[in-house]
Amino acid sequence: MKETEISKHTISVLVDNESGVLARVIGLFSGRGYNIESLTVAEVDANSHQSRITVVTSGTPMVIEQIKAQLSRLVPVHKVSDLTLAGPSVERELALIKVIATGERRVESLRIADIFKARAVDATNNSFVYEIIGNPEKIDAFIKLMEPLGLSEISRTGVAAISRGTLTM
Amino acid sequence: MAERILNGSEVVLQALADQGVEVVFGYPGGAVLPLYDEIFKQNRIRHVLVRHEQAAVHAAEGYARSTGKVGVVLVTSGPGATNAVTGLTDALMDSIPVVCLTGQVPTHLIGNDAFQEADTTGITRPCTKHNYLVKDSDKLARTMHEAFHVASSGRPGPVVIDLPKDILVGKAPYLEPSQVQHRTYNPVVKGDRGQIEEALEMLASAEKPILYCGGGVINSGQQACKLLAEFTRITGIPITLTLMGLGAYPASDKQHLGMLGMHGTYEANMAMHDCDVMFAIGARFDDRVTGNLDFFSPGSQKVQIDIDQSSINKNVPVDIGIVGDVGHVLEDMIKIWKAKQYKIDANALDGWWKEIEGWREKRCLSYKQPKDVIKPQHVIRRVHELTRDRKTYITTDVGQHQMWAAQHFGFEHPYEWMTSGGLGTMGYGMPAALGVQVAHPDATVVCFTGDASIMMNIQECSTLTQYRLPVKTVILNNRYMGMVRQWQQLLHGSRYSESYSESLPDFVKLSEAFGFTGLTCSNPADLDDAIKQMLEIDGPVILDVAVDDKENCYPMIPSGKPHNEMLLGQETNGDEAIDSDEGMVLV
Repeated sequence: MKETEISKHTISVLVDNESGVLARVIGLFSGRGYNIESLTVAEVDANSHQSRITVVTSGTPMVIEQIKAQLSRLVPVHKVSDLTLAGPSVERELALIKVIATGERRVESLRIADIFKARAVDATNNSFVYEIIGNPEKIDAFIKLMEPLGLSEISRTGVAAISRGTLTM
Repeated sequence: MAERILNGSEVVLQALADQGVEVVFGYPGGAVLPLYDEIFKQNRIRHVLVRHEQAAVHAAEGYARSTGKVGVVLVTSGPGATNAVTGLTDALMDSIPVVCLTGQVPTHLIGNDAFQEADTTGITRPCTKHNYLVKDSDKLARTMHEAFHVASSGRPGPVVIDLPKDILVGKAPYLEPSQVQHRTYNPVVKGDRGQIEEALEMLASAEKPILYCGGGVINSGQQACKLLAEFTRITGIPITLTLMGLGAYPASDKQHLGMLGMHGTYEANMAMHDCDVMFAIGARFDDRVTGNLDFFSPGSQKVQIDIDQSSINKNVPVDIGIVGDVGHVLEDMIKIWKAKQYKIDANALDGWWKEIEGWREKRCLSYKQPKDVIKPQHVIRRVHELTRDRKTYITTDVGQHQMWAAQHFGFEHPYEWMTSGGLGTMGYGMPAALGVQVAHPDATVVCFTGDASIMMNIQECSTLTQYRLPVKTVILNNRYMGMVRQWQQLLHGSRYSESYSESLPDFVKLSEAFGFTGLTCSNPADLDDAIKQMLEIDGPVILDVAVDDKENCYPMIPSGKPHNEMLLGQETNGDEAIDSDEGMVLV
């Protein structure tokens, strides 16, 4: 890969679930001018109070290496794994999408939802809330199709990711 | 072991004692009164009362850097903590181990905009290596011990512990240091053997090798400095030191090329530019060192040894990056070098040294001392000469005087040079000297400063008097913020915007007002006597030396230029405007 080529990486970080840990990670990104495209965090091990942060970022190979090194040296960080480099991984995001429409547009939105395997989790006579799960590109595509059909509100979770196969963090 | 239940303040003091702390630099206030009450009741730990919290941190830095121990600071909540921020940032940039205890409003008031409340952990998160807010008395002792471990191990740095007042008053169990282990934080100290072997092989086949060593060697300790000297000797190759690395290798040794970088020597920078193998040891390719990165040492293979993974490949990509403690890695390097009987080609090395001698002949640091006005460099040289038979520690503020001190005072040993390198904090010098003198009461401690820098923490004169700390402050007084003036002259058409030191105080009267001696000197013929008089006075002294106000600091790599485009003062007769728009936007 060329030194100046910018690529997207999904990085998983295991951290102690203590107060301020998310601020440390976010502060590192903003303070050093790195990019955050998506960030999710939740506790994954209640017994050992560990949380997993998944951050999607982009940069040159040197910048990505810096990001990982900078994350690794934060005191409450247990482990940093670059899922993009580690091998194939699964990335999923959930989105809730509100479409306000009546008549043919309303029906059309239902047809497209069916193709995307999105579920209607709320319905009124003139609206739907669709739940869609998939990789970010799939959700982007769904949103684009909903735009002319009365798309009025979007809530996305950001990406959760894990490596395929037997490999663990 | 049965838990001992104490009150929070007792736990803090006990933990400090068990961590081997002898001195705390601090300033009291409402939120830390319980701690100050506890300090009053004991006599194991000495408290030095500074006059501003920023100075407390710089004093702790001076203490830490001159001893290799952790410096400890105690300040109150709110303004106490915010005043400490500059010092903490300074310690972070220069990797100085400091533990800073800050008071905080009681836990039930946190977030209520209480009197003297500040979000201290929020404010100090980006300027500390780590910080803690202790909300649970059970975690107090553990946090104290952990903080010392984090501050002093790996790449050292400042750690803040924010202590709400109710935690200081309430009951808390005490744990010994041995009962506390950190879950995640365990820095690697041993370097990878395979990489070390590969690096040495590269070095053995080099024709123009150089060692570029920084503050990491000093942080690694006295032993690491000895190992560095041994490695340099057995390989026979040239060595250059960064501003933070001065003293890691004896300045008087013939293999030493002097400091490198923006105001480094011609020979050091040219050798960096032309080398074919570079070993960066405990150095981080700072922009003051590299000049324009696009032209930095273009033909060399680079090896970097650093305990901080994030220092490797940050600014300059290297061929081999070895993560580990400099001391440990040097030990392995020496063993392997000897075991494999490596030797750099004698002819090649000889040719390289001849080239270097050619650069040395430029005598880039030379200056002429006229009869009528004192050259600032001359003051540094004379103080160095006249303190040779004493154990001497030097601190500086920031600016031209700092660079002249780095260039002209020959540092032979580690721990004797305290300066604000990364952050460039004016006001660092006097409080740092104060901390050094507390650590070494019998040594000579000289603070080189400028007429602008000294004003930034001048209140610490009062601390010097109170504790009878005989710090010798030498002001290189040119009536300007000299480095600002120099840049304005070179880059901004000699428009000296706001850089003249208007209304300077009479430093003799000022010293006397604080209760000690002030001296002045403006005649070159009187300089030695003035320095001798200063050194002989048993107490603090400010020596105000009127120096040439037009003198600029050379050699100089202008911002945005590569190493081999240094300006040599004598050659250009100094002071030609630098034609570079690129340089103007850089710092």
